[in-house]
Amino acid sequence: MELEMRGLTKRFGSFTANDDISLTIEPGEIHCLLGDNGAGKNKLMNMLYGLLEPTAGEVRLDGEPVTFATPGDAIEAGIGMVHQHFMLVPVFTVAENVMLGREQTRGLGVLDREKAAALVRELSERYRLAVDPHALVEDLPVGVQQRVEIIKALANEAKVLILDEPTAVLTPQEIDELMDIMRSLKEQGTSIVFITHKLREVKAIGDRITVIRRGKVVGTAPPSTSETELAEMMVGRAVKLTVDKEPARPGDVVMEAKDVTVIDPRGHTVVKGVSFEARAGEVLGIAGVQGNGQTELIKSLLGVIRPDAGRILVDGQDISAHGPRESLETGIGYIPEDRSHDGYVGAFTVRENLVLDLYRNDEFSKGFALRLDNIAKNAAARIEEFDIRTEDMDTPVSSLSGGNQQKVVVARELSRPLKVLVASQPTRGVDVGSIEFIHKRIITERDQGTAVVIVSTELDEIFALADRIAVMYDGRIVGIVSPDIAREDIGLMMAGAVGPADVAKEGTDA
Amino acid sequence: MPEQTKPEGAGLPEDQPVRPEDKADVRSPASWLPTVKVTAAAFLLALVVGAFLIVFSDQQTIESLGYFFDYPWDFFRYAGEAIYQSYWALLTGAVGSGRAISQTLERAAPLICAGLGVSLAFRTGLFNIGAQGQLLIGTILAGYVGFTWSMPPGLHLLVALIAGVLGGAAWGAISGLLKAKTGAHEVITTIMLNYVATSLLLYLLTKNAFQRPGSDNPRSLPAEESALFPSIGTTHTGVILAVIAAVGVWWLLERSTIGFEMRAVGANADAAATAGMSVGRAYTLAMLIAGALAGLAATMQILGRNDSLTANVAGSIGFDAITVALLGRATPLGTVLAGLLFGALAAGGIQMQASEAATPVSLTLVLQALIVLFVAAPALVRGVMRMKDTGGGATVMAKGWGS
Amino acid sequence: MGIVSTAVQTQGSAPQEPVVRDRADVRRQVKLVVVMAITTLLLLYFALSIDDPTVQYVLGERVSREFPPKDLAAGPVVWISFAVAAVALVLAVLNKVPKGWLGVLVYLAAGLAFYAGFIVWAYADQGEGFQAAIANPLPGTIEIATPLILGALAGVMCERAGVINIAIEGQFLMGAFFAAVFASLAFSAYMGLLGAVLAGVGLAALLALFSLRYLVNQVVLGVVLIALASGLTAFLLSQIPSDPEIRQYLNEPPRLEELPIPVLSDLPVVGQALFNQTLLVYLMYLSVAVVTFVLFQTRWGLRVRSVGEHPKAADTVGIKVNRVRWQAVLFGGVFAGLGGAYYTVGSTGSFDRDLSSGNGFIALAALIMGRWHPVGATFAALFFGFMWNLQSQLAFVDKIPGQLLGATPYLATIIAVAGFVGRVRPPAADGEPYVKS
Repeated sequence: MELEMRGLTKRFGSFTANDDISLTIEPGEIHCLLGDNGAGKNKLMNMLYGLLEPTAGEVRLDGEPVTFATPGDAIEAGIGMVHQHFMLVPVFTVAENVMLGREQTRGLGVLDREKAAALVRELSERYRLAVDPHALVEDLPVGVQQRVEIIKALANEAKVLILDEPTAVLTPQEIDELMDIMRSLKEQGTSIVFITHKLREVKAIGDRITVIRRGKVVGTAPPSTSETELAEMMVGRAVKLTVDKEPARPGDVVMEAKDVTVIDPRGHTVVKGVSFEARAGEVLGIAGVQGNGQTELIKSLLGVIRPDAGRILVDGQDISAHGPRESLETGIGYIPEDRSHDGYVGAFTVRENLVLDLYRNDEFSKGFALRLDNIAKNAAARIEEFDIRTEDMDTPVSSLSGGNQQKVVVARELSRPLKVLVASQPTRGVDVGSIEFIHKRIITERDQGTAVVIVSTELDEIFALADRIAVMYDGRIVGIVSPDIAREDIGLMMAGAVGPADVAKEGTDA
Repeated sequence: MPEQTKPEGAGLPEDQPVRPEDKADVRSPASWLPTVKVTAAAFLLALVVGAFLIVFSDQQTIESLGYFFDYPWDFFRYAGEAIYQSYWALLTGAVGSGRAISQTLERAAPLICAGLGVSLAFRTGLFNIGAQGQLLIGTILAGYVGFTWSMPPGLHLLVALIAGVLGGAAWGAISGLLKAKTGAHEVITTIMLNYVATSLLLYLLTKNAFQRPGSDNPRSLPAEESALFPSIGTTHTGVILAVIAAVGVWWLLERSTIGFEMRAVGANADAAATAGMSVGRAYTLAMLIAGALAGLAATMQILGRNDSLTANVAGSIGFDAITVALLGRATPLGTVLAGLLFGALAAGGIQMQASEAATPVSLTLVLQALIVLFVAAPALVRGVMRMKDTGGGATVMAKGWGS
Repeated sequence: MGIVSTAVQTQGSAPQEPVVRDRADVRRQVKLVVVMAITTLLLLYFALSIDDPTVQYVLGERVSREFPPKDLAAGPVVWISFAVAAVALVLAVLNKVPKGWLGVLVYLAAGLAFYAGFIVWAYADQGEGFQAAIANPLPGTIEIATPLILGALAGVMCERAGVINIAIEGQFLMGAFFAAVFASLAFSAYMGLLGAVLAGVGLAALLALFSLRYLVNQVVLGVVLIALASGLTAFLLSQIPSDPEIRQYLNEPPRLEELPIPVLSDLPVVGQALFNQTLLVYLMYLSVAVVTFVLFQTRWGLRVRSVGEHPKAADTVGIKVNRVRWQAVLFGGVFAGLGGAYYTVGSTGSFDRDLSSGNGFIALAALIMGRWHPVGATFAALFFGFMWNLQSQLAFVDKIPGQLLGATPYLATIIAVAGFVGRVRPPAADGEPYVKS
């Protein structure tokens, strides 16, 4: 089935998200849509899928114009979508999620759960996506949840499958497996639209690559195009794909974790006796696929959750029992993984958010009264220093772009002297320009003598920033390696293929 | 091990410039205007619906419907008369004379105080349905000090006042502490505590200490002269306290560190906790202060209007305070204005009932509800009045069930 | 340099994992021990403070010719209860309380033991004069709980679909009023039920309209609808002339009669309580079953729940979110209206101002305590009904002053919520209108 987009445009008031996009997806091809965070690829696909109404333009299937008022129409026309943020109901089982919208019933609307489970098993075997139909989605690791998403789309017999940033939660090996699945789907005649911002992947799998920037199509390129060229098309200027940095000069151990164990509310041990050291002037990267305990480990470092066993020391002082407030006062800076959830208060203004964990300082408050003048001065200084793009300091942070929201959080944490900077997914959902800025600032902080701990699921980021890499799998650190390690090797560690008994020697020299 | 990709932020995850509609509509007067227009239109709409009710409750008008097709003008004349008399009485009863204004202020004062308490709790993300109970405890303590102890005038008032405020504060703090320590939902605990407070009052009214000497009725003495608020004209000065309380709450929310924490916890408790704020402390403080404000409202009744303690001493102030807070969008200024409006309606309603149209007081209750409803549904009002959509800010208030 | 070997390892030897106890688990045990200890100590006090060990009990709701009072030896009962509680305490201290069903049985046993001990103690030593007998708590519990359960079911339907319904009290009032009016006009209590349903659905329509179409904040809306219903019913009530000739057509409804179910109502103890009730109570049984089945076993129920948990996901599979929400809210209105009918045609008859006296809020509390599950909410409502009934029966015994006794159901609920229910998690999208961006 040929899918053609003609002049698709989407405007929100005076803002144009997609500008006159014309694109054809040939039957049986893997077409990659490459674009930076914020380029508009997501909104384009939402229009294709009936989630958004186009302001102008049309969509044609096999030459016939079609309109999708709702996703139901798109599904019926043969378009399936695997969303970046899973459209799965956490409290439902896998089978219930897959059957939602086209439920198998036993007459009178009574659900037929056996039939639904059988369908799931059948699809699971056909496409080699192993899932248990009766498992609750919220209990599943993220990689398995993605399989459910894919099965859901395939259950509707999609002729065109749209995959929106599917690899964020996969190990390198799982990414390869996904690509195999995509190739076999292609052989069976399904067209695939693969949306991503990762250059490596589009070159590996794409038949054709269309680059989108600021809502417009920049051009279509073959997979033989170099990464540098693609990056330039994506961003509009020459992009440095690596971070310039001096070799690290590690000093004393500033933060130490000893046998930290965390048990989640459901009784699973998610962090199993983790130990590591973070030194001043050095970046320790913690690599691993989402869902292997990194989130809980980081939260326990800060004191948001208390470790059930083990100790955390900063400069020799035991802070395991400290809450976030004391940890912050001990000199820890924290950039949380989910900024809208834990990083900033969306309804608060930029200036308020810039002192969210600092207002108790003498500089910003006297007794119970806030010092509004100093708060304003601070905001002005930070906005300038960190190039935060905002109308003014009184804009609510929720209306800033993702990159600028993250810059607010980073600015706040870096605006005081730190002993340790803990940053989790520091550039998730952030545009390339802001990524460069944030990475540079992190290195600057390192060079000032702060110990830096970075947790990231993006291997590229880990390789770019880290001086030492600890790999987490299944709640344990399976090894601490140097950034010279080969990609396949670290991929194996991230997948747990190398057991803890096989812990590598620490990286000797950089 | 199990974890789900958390959805991207509530903001625009992609690199997009700020949209004008997203800006908070606080600073410039030009951005208030649509809200003022919509509020006025909402008011008008409510009055129109109220007019219908008046028409159909008037004896004469209903009768004239019987011969409507013979002589329609009678219907319109009687209807017009009924509406005019009712609303005129409402207006004059509220602001038509010095006495009316005094009534309005005296009825508004407790609504404002209790409403401030509810507003403060809302801003902290808590549904305080317990203003009624907190108020009752306040009346008990203030009343007891008022009619049992003997003290020199100024001191007696002060002590009774403090007693009332402390009583309400303690009652509110219970819910706050329960939420902070056990996670018990404040909707449940405050509702339950309302009933417990009522039971407590009823029980105390069977005790000699609270009954009038020589009588077994569940009715206490009113507070002694020395404990009452001095009056200016016919208005008791407690009204001024209500205004001071409003200013205090404003300062607390906007200019103090405690208020900063409360608002942060109300808007995003997770981010507040990560930033080192104590969510439990914010909850407890908010409920404590809310209770204190309800206790202050209690003193308006006991020490201002000099009511005796009866089973009904709190009337429906506690519940009305919730509506006042909602109409006032949980802001101090809004609460004051809403409280004044409701006080006016209450004072005027009595006149309305006594007027020739004899419209029952319960109409004011319907009017109150309609006003809040229409103000909260700007889209509806705009649709009916064919006004343009120029945007209007949303309130930062607890949207769902909170934490 | 990198890893030493790239060979894929088969399951490496896992290190000895230290058995670490979850901090929250420890806290739970401490709470349990404290509760069991208090229970045991109180039972000990009860056992020791009884002088005259004979009490009377009656199998029916009150002493009557059908149900003569019988004697019961109080002493052994209290001592056995004490023993049961002590065993539970020991289990808690040793952290050996079984999980799952067995554990629930242990808690149930301890609870029953406490109830038995307490009630026997309360009824003992009544002195001279009228001897109140321990009566069967079931009939009263069921009656009082009926409107609460119906109201909670309405809440379940609305909130599972993602619409906060604080206005149950308003639906009660409207249901009660229109039940009275319809029943009076038609001289039939059953017509009254119809009127109640229409009223409940009507207010539900307002809730749906303003929350889903005009995007009014649902908490505000709920409070406003209660105020509106209260004011409107008071207003309409005042319009009913006091002339008895006219009044009998508008506000003097016949009441529902008790309909005993042939075989079942003869069962001992439970027969009369469960199976000799009005149609409204039987409808309540049916409603619990229907709502539970519909919500968890049907296609529509799955969609309702999906819309309340993750409306975007539902939208992406083609479900019309707002339409499903409308349907759920209106469906819930049926139960809320019926619940309101209880207060007029189901019990006292004529409508009076604010007749349901805040019970809509109790239904709301039951909903939250029951964690938004129809069966859970039913148990919570039954718990409340039980406490209320207990309190009203104990009023006949002079041991505790009546007014304070009146506070016990509410205190019990606070203790239950603070001690045992803890943090509750509503449907994820509850209260958020779904707007396509």
